[in-house]
Amino acid sequence: MSRAFGALLARDLRLAARIGGSGVLGLIFFLMIVTLVPFSLGPDLNLLSRIGPAILWLSAVLATLIGLDRLFQADEEDGSLDLMIASPLPLELVVLAKGLAHWLTTGLPLALASPLFGLLVALDLTGMGAMVATLLVGTPALTFVGAVGAALTVSIRRGGLLLAILVLPLMIPTLIFGVSAANAALGGTVPFLTPFLILIALTLITVVIGVFAGAAALRAGE
Amino acid sequence: MWTKLANPSFFLRWSGAAVPWLAALAAALLAVGLYMSFVLAPADYQQGETVRIMFIHVPAAWLALFLYATMSVSAIGSLVWRHPLADVSQKAAAPIGAAFTLVCLVTGALWGRPMWGTYWVWDARLTSVLVLFLMYCGVLALWRTIEEPGRAARAVSILTLVGFVNVPIVKFSVDWWNTLHQPASVLRLGGPTIHPSMLYPLLVMALAFTALAVTLHMYTMRTEIMRRRVRTLTLLEAERLDRRAAA
Repeated sequence: MSRAFGALLARDLRLAARIGGSGVLGLIFFLMIVTLVPFSLGPDLNLLSRIGPAILWLSAVLATLIGLDRLFQADEEDGSLDLMIASPLPLELVVLAKGLAHWLTTGLPLALASPLFGLLVALDLTGMGAMVATLLVGTPALTFVGAVGAALTVSIRRGGLLLAILVLPLMIPTLIFGVSAANAALGGTVPFLTPFLILIALTLITVVIGVFAGAAALRAGE
Repeated sequence: MWTKLANPSFFLRWSGAAVPWLAALAAALLAVGLYMSFVLAPADYQQGETVRIMFIHVPAAWLALFLYATMSVSAIGSLVWRHPLADVSQKAAAPIGAAFTLVCLVTGALWGRPMWGTYWVWDARLTSVLVLFLMYCGVLALWRTIEEPGRAARAVSILTLVGFVNVPIVKFSVDWWNTLHQPASVLRLGGPTIHPSMLYPLLVMALAFTALAVTLHMYTMRTEIMRRRVRTLTLLEAERLDRRAAA
C-alpha cells in the first residue's frame, strides 16, 4: 500500500516537474502579486513592513489556487482517475498523495522562498522567520481545502472560477491565524505561540476533513 | 410512517393540502407581528425608531442559520440514504437561506448607519454572516453547474457538510479579531435582557418568519419535484422517439 502511495506521489511530482512546472509558475505568480501591492498602496516601506505578513499570506492563498482545478481533472480526462478509484489503494490515500504532491510543488516552495519576498516588503529577520514558519504549517490546510473543491468540480469544464468561489470562504480561518501568528512574532500583545498552535490545529483538522471529503466527492462524481 | 410521508408522490399530496394553511398561518403571524413591532412596541430610549429594524433583522439571522442546518440535515439524508426527497429539500432550502442571509445583512447595514455611523464594520458577527452568505453562494453555484440531479445533490451535500463543520471554526476565528457587536441578548443564560414590550413582538416575528420559511421551503420542494418529473418525462419521450426513429 505504501508502495502504491509512493508511486502515485512520485508520478504527480514528475508530472508537475515536466509539464508546465507549476511550482515555478506559482512562485512567479506570488512574486507578481507582491510586486503589484506597492503599486496600489504606494512605496512607503513603513506601511509595507507593517502589512507585509498580510500581503504574503494573501498572495499564498491566491497562489495555492493555481493548478488546483487540474488536480483531479487531468486524471479524470485521461481515465487514470478511474484506475485510481479501482486500485486497492484507498481513495482517501489517493487524495492524500495528490494533495501532498500539490503542496510539495506549490506551498513548500512558497514557504521556503518567502524570506526573499519578505525583502520586497521590508520585513526584518524575525518577520522572515515567522513567515517561513507560518506558511510552512499553514499552506497544507490551503491545499487540502482546495482538494475538496477540486474533487467537487472534477467533471466541470472551466471549473476554476467555481472552485475559487467554493474554497476561498473555507480558507478564511487559516488566513486569519496565519497572519495573526506572523504579526504576533513581529510584536504585539499576543504571544506568538497562541495563534501558531491554533494554526497547526487548523491544518491537522483540515487535512483530515479534506482527505475524507475529497474522496467522498470523487466517489459522488462517478 | 416517516418513510411513507417522505415518498415523493405522497409528499406532493399531503404538502399540497398543507401549503395553503401554512401560507395563511405565515400571513396572519406576519400581520400580527408587523403590527406589534411597528405600532405597539415602544421606541427605544437610545435607539429611537430604528430599533424596529431589529424585529426584521434578528429573525432573519435566526432563519439564515436554521436553513443552513436544514440543508445540512438533508445533506446527511442525501449521502446516507440517497433519498430523493432529501436532495429536493436541500436544493429548495439553499436560495431561501441565501435570501434570509441577505435580508439580515441589508437590514443590519441600514440599522448600523444611524447607530454606529457606518453601513459596514468588520466586526466578528457581521463578518461571520458575510462568510455564511458566501457559502450559500457557493452552494447555489454548485447546484447550477452540475446538470445531473443525483450527482449534483451528492456533490452539494459534501460541500454543505464541510461548510457546516467550518461555520463554528469561522465563527471562532473571526471572534479572534474582535467586536463592536453587542453580545447575545435573547437566548442566553439568566434569561433575556430585553424588555417584554420588545421581546414579544420579536418572538412573534420569529414565528412568522419561521412559518414563512417553512411555507416557501415546502412550495419550492413541490416545484422541484415537478421539475424533476418534467425532466424525466422529457428524457423518456426523447428515448421513445429515438427508438422509433431507429426502428
